[in-house]
Amino acid sequence: MSDLTASGRAALIAFAALLLVLPWVVSSYVLSVAVICLYLAYVGQAWNLMLGFAGLLSIGHALFVGLGAYASGYLFAKYDVPPAIGIVAAVAIAMLMGAVIGYLGFRFAIGGVYFALLTIAFAEFVRILLEHAKFLGGTQGLFLPVSQESRRGVDLINLRGWPEMYYYVILALCLGAFVLCRALLESRVGYYWRAIRDNPEAAAAVGVDIFRFRMYAVVLSAGMTGAAGVFRAFYDNLLFPDQVLNIEKSIEITLAPIVGGVGTLFGPIFGAFVLTPLSELLTDVVEGLKDLGIIAKNVKTDGAKLLFWGLAVVLIVLFKPTGLWPWVCRRLGLVKAPGARS
Amino acid sequence: MDTVTIINALVSGLLTGLVYGLSALGLSVIFGVIRIVNFAHGELMVLGMFLALLLFRWLGLDPLWSVPIGAALLFLVGYALQHFVVRRVAYLPDHMQFLLLAGIAIMLVSACLVAFGPDAQGVQLDYALDSFALGSLIIDKVRLYAALAAIAVASALLLFFKYSPTGRAIRACADNHLGAKVVGLNVDRLYALTFGIGAACIGAAGCIILLLVQVHPYLAPPYTLLAFIVVIIGGMGSLFGALLGGILIGVAEELASIVGEPSLKTAFSFALLIVVLLLRPQGLLGRAVR
Amino acid sequence: MTRKSPNNRIERRKFLAGAAAGTVAAAVPLRFAHGQGQKLKVGVLLPRSGPQAQIGIDCQRGADCAPEVLKAKGYPEFEFVLGDTETKPEIARAQAEKMIGQGIHILVGCFDSGQTMAAAQVCEQKGIPFSVSIAAVPALTEQGYKTVFRNFPTGPMIAADSFNLQKALFQSTGKAPQTVVMLHVNDTFGMSQKDANVAGAPKFGMPYKFVDTIAYDPTARDLSAEVRKAKATNADMLWVISRLNDAILICQEMVKQRWEPMGILSSGPGWYDVPFMKALGKYGDDVVSTVPWHDPKKATSKALEAVFKKKFPDRELNTNHTYTFEGVMVAVDAFKRAGSTEPGKLIEALKKTDIKDNVVTGPGVKFNAKGQNADIKMSAIQNRGGKNLVIFPAEAAQAKPNWPMRPWGKRG
Repeated sequence: MSDLTASGRAALIAFAALLLVLPWVVSSYVLSVAVICLYLAYVGQAWNLMLGFAGLLSIGHALFVGLGAYASGYLFAKYDVPPAIGIVAAVAIAMLMGAVIGYLGFRFAIGGVYFALLTIAFAEFVRILLEHAKFLGGTQGLFLPVSQESRRGVDLINLRGWPEMYYYVILALCLGAFVLCRALLESRVGYYWRAIRDNPEAAAAVGVDIFRFRMYAVVLSAGMTGAAGVFRAFYDNLLFPDQVLNIEKSIEITLAPIVGGVGTLFGPIFGAFVLTPLSELLTDVVEGLKDLGIIAKNVKTDGAKLLFWGLAVVLIVLFKPTGLWPWVCRRLGLVKAPGARS
Repeated sequence: MDTVTIINALVSGLLTGLVYGLSALGLSVIFGVIRIVNFAHGELMVLGMFLALLLFRWLGLDPLWSVPIGAALLFLVGYALQHFVVRRVAYLPDHMQFLLLAGIAIMLVSACLVAFGPDAQGVQLDYALDSFALGSLIIDKVRLYAALAAIAVASALLLFFKYSPTGRAIRACADNHLGAKVVGLNVDRLYALTFGIGAACIGAAGCIILLLVQVHPYLAPPYTLLAFIVVIIGGMGSLFGALLGGILIGVAEELASIVGEPSLKTAFSFALLIVVLLLRPQGLLGRAVR
Repeated sequence: MTRKSPNNRIERRKFLAGAAAGTVAAAVPLRFAHGQGQKLKVGVLLPRSGPQAQIGIDCQRGADCAPEVLKAKGYPEFEFVLGDTETKPEIARAQAEKMIGQGIHILVGCFDSGQTMAAAQVCEQKGIPFSVSIAAVPALTEQGYKTVFRNFPTGPMIAADSFNLQKALFQSTGKAPQTVVMLHVNDTFGMSQKDANVAGAPKFGMPYKFVDTIAYDPTARDLSAEVRKAKATNADMLWVISRLNDAILICQEMVKQRWEPMGILSSGPGWYDVPFMKALGKYGDDVVSTVPWHDPKKATSKALEAVFKKKFPDRELNTNHTYTFEGVMVAVDAFKRAGSTEPGKLIEALKKTDIKDNVVTGPGVKFNAKGQNADIKMSAIQNRGGKNLVIFPAEAAQAKPNWPMRPWGKRG
């Protein structure tokens, strides 16, 4: 908190307060949109670890979501293993996969674009395997049984309860990730990470084991994303490989942190909270523009909406390549020193 | 599985592979020189397909004759893209370049959606379903023409890069960016030309593929992925590599379908991609890049 | 804006100052819902963007015909609230929430099994009735949901009836295949159909055996290898379960590879669609599809056809249109009998639904204890010169079958 200005601190407190009381003041529709926001913020934060701290671009992160979701979902559906225990398996499997990909990437010295393609290939490969795995439902989907009674109350062991409970669970995950990342950044591991990110040769020259610390980042990122998969499984209660692991989902995970600001702590959260409502509002905006006559009536809404979306992304890359959050920070005077990361 | 089927499969895989190769040529050229991964590859191809569709509807042009027109128009699109947009992100990190092209891809898809709607549309040609029969070997006429067109375009490209001054200049940029500047080459213009040429290849491929497949705005992603697989296996930056990679994938997928379950054939291609990425990331014919 | 919370959670919610709550609460669309009058608000949730946009928009055409047809039948007026799932289950869920927040009394949708299940969860939670227009996944009516009413056959029902229709076909033409090869898309519908068919054929005493079942990837751009594999089995009949785009590719490949089985049987979408027939021309004829279909002899069917032809002269009435229309009709019919927009009353009325003059093949619309209409019958339709003609069941038939199919070279 030390690098925030007074207004920065106030903003943070106001934001946190709003998030805490949200379920009490909004409709269930807005709540479900908020859950989507927080989910994307959380996975975006996890993804950010890999790029911001290990310097690796992953466009296959939905793989870890899928592994976590299927692992915990299968254990629950088939063996009645509650997610509180299943999450251990989910995170372990995701971490293992992350270790494999990270190891392959490093040992074979694959970086940049090639690594990104490696992640895409792994995600697609596993997706197709899952589609053929009959015991996991294959293309017919894995259903997690939900009873109507279990939708009341709060059961954290089985992740069943009011929709509000899910909101607080993902909020806790998101906050936890934020606190964890901040703590890590300030620790020795964090300094090594920053050194490796900024100048790998120099870091190696002073004796930092690049491979080991990069692997930490990759495995941590994968594990955190696996936990998101558990949430996904018990929130949706329905898993299809091409819905959970497809490349669009992977790209969706990258949007919030890139737009918010890669390598920043708050960037993914900011990005998620800007992009998700924007997407929801865009339909209404387009309809509104049609009513006002600015757009012709017979123009298809979904095409127009997608066009705005693409344009927004392109403009952000061209004019705000470090992300929106650093810019917002400076403009609103939320941080003290220039160039400080928040 | 009897021999006749296997031979038919191999021939078909070869022809299809050449078309895959043509589509991947554009990607290879762009990456080989500018070092930008064109995530909008599939969408540019779909644009080319729609252009060929329009030419067929308005002028009754067979898509094969549209190839030069489609290539020319897509050349302009590619040139403009590089000159006005992509150039600005040349010095940004990889993820920003990826996002830019992903954003452009989204814009292209939405433009097609607005202009053409979501329905799948195609061309109906008299000879579309014809095939040549050599004994028990049945060769799809359209696929054969497509393969021949692919070879023609690839050859033209190869000659261009090998013998023309502009082509050699572009290769110089690819080999040594700084050195090219030092000797006074207008690198920006050459990059724009390269992107244009890459896009022209993609446009040509699109016109040809319209003969085989119906077009709709969401067609692109599998083609982008396919192009990546082909280019990486064949070798980024190598024209012959793109064709070779295409043929390999075409034949491999046919054989995988016959021997195993066809729905796994893409998984097989991805597994191949992983192996190549690990063992020989420059691909079969690419230059070593680390 | 007040919201009724049928599961008694009002005591858990405290709405703060109206302005803040109101603005945030609605995520107010620039066009917002009017107050709750006595007019029925029917929510229609379909994939209108994303990869399934083509189908969702097609389904909407059926809904578009409903106001005119239902008014002529003496049903009360109603209004639509349209929602877009964007072909994603989590958006389907959020949109269902949004539409319920906008005051719909009943939901109709969603075509895709995953999206329908997601919306069903929301409806069940909120106690809003859900008239499922199209979704074949059996689990939907096996969850014990009280608010879900599906007037569409489940996958197993489609498979079972296909056998009955095939028997009728083989009997009337005297030509039955000994061997069948199945070519199916590796997605939810294709896989479940394949399993049901393979298990069911011996049980229904079919005269053939399956020599192979070949699954192909939904994103496959080229199906020549798959068709080649199927051709190599030398089976008498090809049984195919695919979507529209694959149907075109498969049929084209069959012509190119000169494969002429006794016949092509489809128990899924695509092979009867107008774009298929346009793309294939004369080669698209003679395909037999055993699918949920409308009964062209029923009065409401004829009324729907007339209105549809007026609105969409370039299209033919198909499953998407008829079942979406009927989903709306079920909703409005329940409203008429309930006399109220109150969800509890609508659900009671839905349970007692008994519509004899409906559109789809079968005795009518009646829901069993699980909310499923188990009486729906499929029809066998055959493509002829750009039209889909019903060949079985006899009560609904419009033409005699062409079976075996004519060789490719002998088509006019």
